[in-house]
Amino acid sequence: MKEFVPAGADLELRGIRKEFPGFTAIENLDLHIPAGEFFALLGPSGCGKTTTLRIIAGLDQPTQGQVLIGGEDVTFTKPHERPVNTVFQSYALFPHMSILENVAFGLRRKQVADPLAKAAAALEMVELGHIGERRPQQLSGGQQQRVALARALVNRPSLLLLDEPLGALDLKLRRQMQIELKAIQMEVGLTFLHVTHDQEEAMDMADTVAVMNRGRIEQMGAPESLYERPKTAFVAKFLGQSNLFVAEVADSSADSLSIEVAGNRISVPKNRAEKQSGKIAIGVRPEKVEFHRSAPSASSGLNILGPGTIKDIRFTGVSNQYLIEIPNVGQITVFAQNIGISPVIELGEQVWISFKVEHAFGLQDLPVGDEE
Amino acid sequence: MALAGFSSAAPKPQAASTLKSGRIAWVLLLPGLLYLAMFFLIPLVSLLITSVMTPDPSGAYGIYNYGFDLSSYQHVIVDYLPQIGRSFLYAFAATVIALLISYPLAYFVGIRLRSRPLIQKLTLTLVIAPFFISFLLRTIAWKQLFADNAPTMTFVRHLFNLDSTFHFLGTPGAVVWGLVYNFIPFMTLPLYTSLERLDLRLLEAAGDLYATPASVFRRVTLPLTMPGVISGTLLTFIPITGDYVNASRDFLGASDTSMIGNMVQADYLQNSDYPAASALSAVLMAVILIIVGIYVKRTGTEDLL
Repeated sequence: MKEFVPAGADLELRGIRKEFPGFTAIENLDLHIPAGEFFALLGPSGCGKTTTLRIIAGLDQPTQGQVLIGGEDVTFTKPHERPVNTVFQSYALFPHMSILENVAFGLRRKQVADPLAKAAAALEMVELGHIGERRPQQLSGGQQQRVALARALVNRPSLLLLDEPLGALDLKLRRQMQIELKAIQMEVGLTFLHVTHDQEEAMDMADTVAVMNRGRIEQMGAPESLYERPKTAFVAKFLGQSNLFVAEVADSSADSLSIEVAGNRISVPKNRAEKQSGKIAIGVRPEKVEFHRSAPSASSGLNILGPGTIKDIRFTGVSNQYLIEIPNVGQITVFAQNIGISPVIELGEQVWISFKVEHAFGLQDLPVGDEE
Repeated sequence: MALAGFSSAAPKPQAASTLKSGRIAWVLLLPGLLYLAMFFLIPLVSLLITSVMTPDPSGAYGIYNYGFDLSSYQHVIVDYLPQIGRSFLYAFAATVIALLISYPLAYFVGIRLRSRPLIQKLTLTLVIAPFFISFLLRTIAWKQLFADNAPTMTFVRHLFNLDSTFHFLGTPGAVVWGLVYNFIPFMTLPLYTSLERLDLRLLEAAGDLYATPASVFRRVTLPLTMPGVISGTLLTFIPITGDYVNASRDFLGASDTSMIGNMVQADYLQNSDYPAASALSAVLMAVILIIVGIYVKRTGTEDLL
């Protein structure tokens, strides 16, 4: 029988393609996850992320391409032959077994010595040592989730797959589980692949995030770089919020590009722009935008737009969210930190907005509706 | 009741409404209770009373008086022991064979055909389609096919190189065949219901946790569909023990294949020995109750509820 793998293994997907009757779920996916990394696959429902996970687990067969775990081609092996365990979205705990037997299931199949003691230790790790004799139906959602995690982790798989396991939990428990999951991953050093549609969760927990859309990876990188430098309109809108301005390049200097939107000049540094000519989209994150009651004085390092009117104010606790309508430009979202000294602004008031050129980013494509 | 001590006046109207709804429940139950009393309880008591009646002192044929005479029980247990044993043996064999045929069939319809609902419903209709024709006719049809001079039997004799003295009709094999054939839908339908509701994600999870397909079946699929297995086996085993058609000489059996049902029929309709027929029925009922009781307890169905 196979021994426990001491640490995680790396995962490689080569040219994975998956077709279902009538549509293509994944188009030509290449992915490499180094051993021991916490990797998040982020995307909206239907983007192919769960299909990718099922192909890695062996629950679905790719139409084309290869799956390698620790350098070994496992494309045509059955799920039970792969050193992979999954925490399912539905938890999929066996209702006819006790919690302890659920956790010991994988150990018993691999004929590992002393399965019950190891299962009990795994339950202790998720702080559920006292409920081993209960049935899954008697547990709360959060407890079931932790049991599912223990049931997968106890096998010390080379690769742990997490299929939106926190989806059914309430916000508080979700936060707590995110922290615990991250701590467990650091402790056991396994490779984690986390599939989620929650961008905050992905950015919070993962070392590397891949944003997936329509069966393809749009952009991949560390959470900070994805947030600061989104390269496509989809990533800019899906990962956090963005204000996007679309126009032909009007002016190009040695280190920056400019466009003209309704008489306002918007510049982006050349090294932060993916596309250098033609019609381009320039974006900025809402928290990088400031507003002013009078027109700020022009400066080369500042993009200024306005005047516009405040259409909506939302109080979210940490920050206030303002929606500002600028004629011929559109609606701009601005987040202002709620530190008690922000200007008292009321609905309908006239304001100008500004943001630093160095905070702008240029996209390689155009948002939906603005395509050429 | 225990909670009443914690509250003051508030629960009173609720208690009254519970009482009222309790009364409504009884009224709604009444027709069912009357039906059970009329067609189950009274016949059962009447059966037990008949089973202990004594023959008329005049010795007149078919006349019995009220009394408490257990000799009928002694008579049926001693004289019909072969038939009683045969009934349970045939029922056991037919139930096991029906289960072995039905489980894969129900698995196919309930799981493999899930993605094709139309074909699934058609297949399910085919399972119950034999019910559209009287089972007497269908059993007679088997009798024709199994007859010694039937072309089907000629073919079978050639196929297996058997000599002309080989015959199948009237053997225990033919009786069990008929029982399996007639009762298979009662096995398939409960199994189908269990398998159709089975959460396939649990099977995937088991595979993900290193269980081989055989192990997935033994550890997850079978335990989770035990309610279907139990209701299916009970729905076939119990009626088969009392069946009197398949084993009868007029259908697939012979005099040496007769079961309890055939004896009850003979005693009641031909010999007019009502106490013996009743005693035999009571014995059959008692043995079934014991077997089913042990079976349900042993298979541990309460875990699945």
